[in-house]
Amino acid sequence: MVRVDGRGDANSLISVRNLGKVFRRGSELIHVLEGLNLDVDSGDFVAFMGPSGSGKTTLLNLLGGLDVPTTGSVRVSGDEISSMSGGKLTSWRARHVGFVFQTFNLIPVLTAFQNVELPLLLTSLSKAERRKHVEAALSLVGLADRMKHYPRQLSGGQEQRVSIARAIVTDPNFLLCDEPTGDLDRKSADEVLDLLSRLVTERKKTLLLVTHDPVAAERAAYVLHLNKGVLEEAQVAGGRA
Amino acid sequence: MKYFKLLRVSLFRKKIRTLLTILSFAFAMLLFGLLVIIRLGFNQGLEVAGADRLFVMNRVTFVQPLPMSYGNQISQIHGVKLVTYASWFGGFYQVERNQFPQFAIDMETWRKMYPEFKLSDAEWKAFVEDREGAIVGSGTAKRFGWKVGDRIPLIGTAFPGTWQFNVRGIYTGTRPQDDITQFWFPWDRLNEAVPSGNFWKDSPGWYVVRLTSQDEAVNVIKKIDQTFANSSAETKTDTESAFMAGFINQMGNIQLILMAVGGVVFFTLLLVTGNTMSTAVRERTPELAILKALGYSNVFILFYVLAESISIAFVGGTIGIGFAKLISMGGSPVPSMMPLWYLPMTEVLYGMLIAITIGAVAGLIPAVSASRLRVVEALRKV
Repeated sequence: MVRVDGRGDANSLISVRNLGKVFRRGSELIHVLEGLNLDVDSGDFVAFMGPSGSGKTTLLNLLGGLDVPTTGSVRVSGDEISSMSGGKLTSWRARHVGFVFQTFNLIPVLTAFQNVELPLLLTSLSKAERRKHVEAALSLVGLADRMKHYPRQLSGGQEQRVSIARAIVTDPNFLLCDEPTGDLDRKSADEVLDLLSRLVTERKKTLLLVTHDPVAAERAAYVLHLNKGVLEEAQVAGGRA
Repeated sequence: MKYFKLLRVSLFRKKIRTLLTILSFAFAMLLFGLLVIIRLGFNQGLEVAGADRLFVMNRVTFVQPLPMSYGNQISQIHGVKLVTYASWFGGFYQVERNQFPQFAIDMETWRKMYPEFKLSDAEWKAFVEDREGAIVGSGTAKRFGWKVGDRIPLIGTAFPGTWQFNVRGIYTGTRPQDDITQFWFPWDRLNEAVPSGNFWKDSPGWYVVRLTSQDEAVNVIKKIDQTFANSSAETKTDTESAFMAGFINQMGNIQLILMAVGGVVFFTLLLVTGNTMSTAVRERTPELAILKALGYSNVFILFYVLAESISIAFVGGTIGIGFAKLISMGGSPVPSMMPLWYLPMTEVLYGMLIAITIGAVAGLIPAVSASRLRVVEALRKV
């Protein structure tokens, strides 16, 4: 269940209250988000749409602990992340969030295996355990046979699937996907969206997706429109999630 | 260890750039090593100077002799334990560039004065018994391929003519810095060859005094110079190390020149490495941001960049200083000018420490800026 009226119950995975974010550009203050409320339950697939500059990515960054709000609170799995220090937020991100970016952001000098292994290096897992997890994640995204390939040896769709494997390898609570199909052709985009949908239905992941693509948004159970820093009522999409 | 792979791929991402930076370090540390070798070569006298030895020379100039009678008078002074004397011969072997220090020495006292030079009693005995005998330092013997029993002709310059010597012994030093290039022969032989009336007749070039205690140095120096004040051959007495320092200073402030050269090189190296690391960090801003997004801490990023810089410094430094050490082991290329040619391990380690420090300092600013990177802003640059 997704709500934007601030009346969600205490069991919500993500609970946002009166969220505000102000940027300063020179002497000008830009209010990107204002008094935003949001409740997302575990296992939900939510798509955020809206025009450029509406604050979609900013909202995603705040939910993922990549940025801190100017006002309001963000509570995830009971953790109040809006007041966490930088160091705490960093280790919180490592444990709870998986990120998928539009430009994949793989490290070009590392193989697919090594890229996916990166978040696991921060854990106490042994080398053999890490290998097991990485192989499982790459198998899940259908790239078990591309482990030793470097990003330059993969197609865009494959690169994005590697980045999804990297996002899920630590088994995080939720995935934040910022325009994950923005740089892909339709066919590759559909493959990636299929994969993300499967993660929700089969792996019970919570997925928050920012997109301009109505086709991508259709996959979500809920589509929220962000306009001038304000979230419009949630609506159940006709998605397959 | 699990992060080593990450460090390795970062280092070899731009192979040419990394290689060139490593080479910068290698050449700088090679230069450092050579400068140390040269400095030690120039400071040889200071390194080996006995703390309890004084050097007595003619007040006017080093090349003016002192009367033979001074030896007895000096030995009477309170605080003096032993006195020896010697004269500079100033010859060469075969061709003029084959020069090395040749001393006509007093055989009774010289060996007691310089216990740091080692040779067997049998060799010394053979030397004492041969009027044309000579003792050669192992460095010079090696340089010219001499061995005990060889007959060596030296061409005199201050004492003209061809002088024949029989090598009766080869001495070695007890420390790496000991001068193993000297050539000793009996002072009496030189004196006999000097014609009557020549100012070198019965007159040694200098005296060396051993003190009963280092603490006596000031008093004995004063007493010796007072004893011969207002005579025809006034003396100038100093500790052996002060004399050596004065001798070195005649060639200019070598230490300052070497330090200036070294300083410029290291400062340049700092700029080169700092620039390399800044460029490397700038190029990888989005990747560093991704690492932070994945949960890598600011401290990790700081040490990650620093480790890269220090690794380059370490590898380059090891190559450079290692090469300098190899060069030092090959012997002096200019033995007549600089017989002492060595690079002690302490200086090798000191060089490595300098290299690592430069690596750390050069990497510090890029490392700090990388660690302070704001993920959101950095990701926008992708």
